[in-house]
Amino acid sequence: MPQTTNEYLLILPFLVLSAGIIVSLCVELFFRKGKELLPYLSIALFLIVAYLSVGQIYEKNVLFGGMLITGGIPAIFNLLFAAAGVLVMLNSIGFLKKYGFYHGEFYLLTQLSVLGMMLMAGSGDLVTVFLGLELMSIPFYVLVGMNRKKVSANEAAMKYFLLGAFATGFIVYGIALIYGIMGNTSLIDLTENFYIYSENIIFITGFILILIGFSFKIAAFPFHMWVPDVYQGAATNVTGLMSTMGKSAAFSVIFILLTAVFMNDAGSKLGNYFAVIATLSMLYGSIVALSQNNLKRMLAYSSISHAGYMAIGLAAGNKAALAGIMFYLAAYTFMNLGAFGIISIIEGEEDKQTDLNSYAGLAKRFPFLAGMMALIMFALAGIPPMAGFFGKYYVFISAIQSNMTWLALVGILSSVISVYFYLRVVVYMYFKEPGEEISVKSDYSAYAAVIFAGILILSLGLFPDTFLSVIEYIISV
Amino acid sequence: MNFELLLFIVFALVAAVSSLMMITRKNAVISAVFLVLNFFALAGLYLLLNAQFIAVVQIIVYAGAIMVLFLFVLMLLNTGKEEAILHGKKPIKYFAIFIAAVVFLQVAYLLVFGSGSFTSNPDIEASLSSGTVETIGREIYTKYIIPFEAAGFLLLAATIGALILAKKKFE
Amino acid sequence: MNSIPIEYYLILSAFMFSIGVTGVLIRRNAIVVFMSIELMLNSANLTLVAFSSYLGNPIGQVFVFFVMTVAAAEAAVGLAIIIAIFRNKLTVNIDEINIFKW
Repeated sequence: MPQTTNEYLLILPFLVLSAGIIVSLCVELFFRKGKELLPYLSIALFLIVAYLSVGQIYEKNVLFGGMLITGGIPAIFNLLFAAAGVLVMLNSIGFLKKYGFYHGEFYLLTQLSVLGMMLMAGSGDLVTVFLGLELMSIPFYVLVGMNRKKVSANEAAMKYFLLGAFATGFIVYGIALIYGIMGNTSLIDLTENFYIYSENIIFITGFILILIGFSFKIAAFPFHMWVPDVYQGAATNVTGLMSTMGKSAAFSVIFILLTAVFMNDAGSKLGNYFAVIATLSMLYGSIVALSQNNLKRMLAYSSISHAGYMAIGLAAGNKAALAGIMFYLAAYTFMNLGAFGIISIIEGEEDKQTDLNSYAGLAKRFPFLAGMMALIMFALAGIPPMAGFFGKYYVFISAIQSNMTWLALVGILSSVISVYFYLRVVVYMYFKEPGEEISVKSDYSAYAAVIFAGILILSLGLFPDTFLSVIEYIISV
Repeated sequence: MNFELLLFIVFALVAAVSSLMMITRKNAVISAVFLVLNFFALAGLYLLLNAQFIAVVQIIVYAGAIMVLFLFVLMLLNTGKEEAILHGKKPIKYFAIFIAAVVFLQVAYLLVFGSGSFTSNPDIEASLSSGTVETIGREIYTKYIIPFEAAGFLLLAATIGALILAKKKFE
Repeated sequence: MNSIPIEYYLILSAFMFSIGVTGVLIRRNAIVVFMSIELMLNSANLTLVAFSSYLGNPIGQVFVFFVMTVAAAEAAVGLAIIIAIFRNKLTVNIDEINIFKW
């Protein structure tokens, strides 16, 4: 079939990023100073992608025979990935030297994984979903283990790789069963005839297999076992990348798969499945996080419970839930990137200074960092008027609209539990006497990343209705 | 009993038995060889299904390239024998086998009783033509051009990644 | 090909998939675990090709082509990770490489 030039104009964000990857590769290869240049090149690329995505946010287009969808929800996700990518890049400039992996490949792999995420968010066909997922995951496996000398990084990479590939096996088998019933792999067909197909038990089996595979990626309860170790073993900036953008990308695919459910406000047979996953993830994540002393590990468990809160919205399955989860994802992304940004600033060489004791009395030594950390912890705990509160609020409201009040109540219970371990960090910073001396190098680009994250959290929290109505408008287009 | 069914039974038996052998052998190299055998049997099944291109690629890429890579790494690392598969403590292993058996029985049940939904009378012409190199090539370079390009970037990522992780010296 | 019902292929592939899952769960050698994952992918490929052939459309076979690409990429990265861990710890046994809890 003939492709028009117009189609190529519409996939410009993808083309720019792909071209940028090739350029970055050449820069890395031919310039000795390449690795100094690459972070700024990546930031420029992400900003261009963001700019181009904003331009097409209101017009939805189905391109290349249904392979790709641009505009609308995919554009919002592209924007989110680009913004988060900029923060991760700013954060990495100083951190990589400290971590002992100061090479240009980090930036290349990050760009490649962002390309994969954009493909996932914009996919109109299961083939694109699958390739996007792998294009995101394979750089992640490498990034987790990129410091080959560190045993903890090796082990985290292997655990992540084996479980990730295991999940891929489920996804492929699920796609195979769905293909057998539908006779094609188009997600547009799947959305249009979802309620006809879902009468078929084999289709539902395949669908659940795919959802199991993606539950690994969003780190929901029964499939969470890799999360704490991988988050702890990976470099802190990589953890930030995986825990926010990786999770958002996996959610974007779940949105596409469940579009029919969300748009009809009708819920589905899968509602109960998600309700169970949500309950278990929230409670497990919050309760286990209570006993963690390592901040990275604590945030890992808290990210399991955040996946649970978002799964409440999947269980509710109405338009309000879709908008609520998108808002939540944005808030969660910037909160976690801010938190991991601060951890990466405080962290010393050899993974030192990531446990709670290093934060004792931080407010006296580094009032700015302590203040930002307190802000982010309040936001993560869901204390108004921070972004985290409204994320949870919208999701709970959507659950109540779908007559799942009990699920909202479990969510509130879990949030109350989680306040304890978030505020414990604040208590350590402000009310404990400083313990042993910690050394922190000032790193202005990382400070900038943290400040941006803080501004975004505050603005999402102060003007939640504006953002939500924009999201709702785009969804309804 | 016709010849096709006979071939199917032979290939299916080889595939099933070799997969079982693969997960039960203590020596990893022998496991790998059984997996190669399994892939050859699958290639035979693909030929029975008129998928010539996939059958050939299965042998060239899977059995020929990927498994050779596995064997290289296995022999390079010389990992030695694992202890007996169900050795010792782990009741979790029995649990795993139990779960897998339940899953298999369930899927088999579903497939047998949900089979009304499959096209039972295949169109042989369409089936024959859909497995040729020509058809698949045309599909990949027209409709599937975006996934094809993505696969290119995927391989680029894998190349860079493998280099980072396994290169002998880094600067 | 009318003589073989499609269910035969599907049940064979379901069997291989279950064997693959079992292998992942019970084996301790990381490379064998990875080979079991390859077995899972192959059983999914068999399902795809069977459906593709009986439906008479090539989509399933194109998908298998992409699955093979991905499997090759995963093999390269996965084996590199395994080599990296072997250099540090001289073992690829999952039980022994655990400073973290599973």
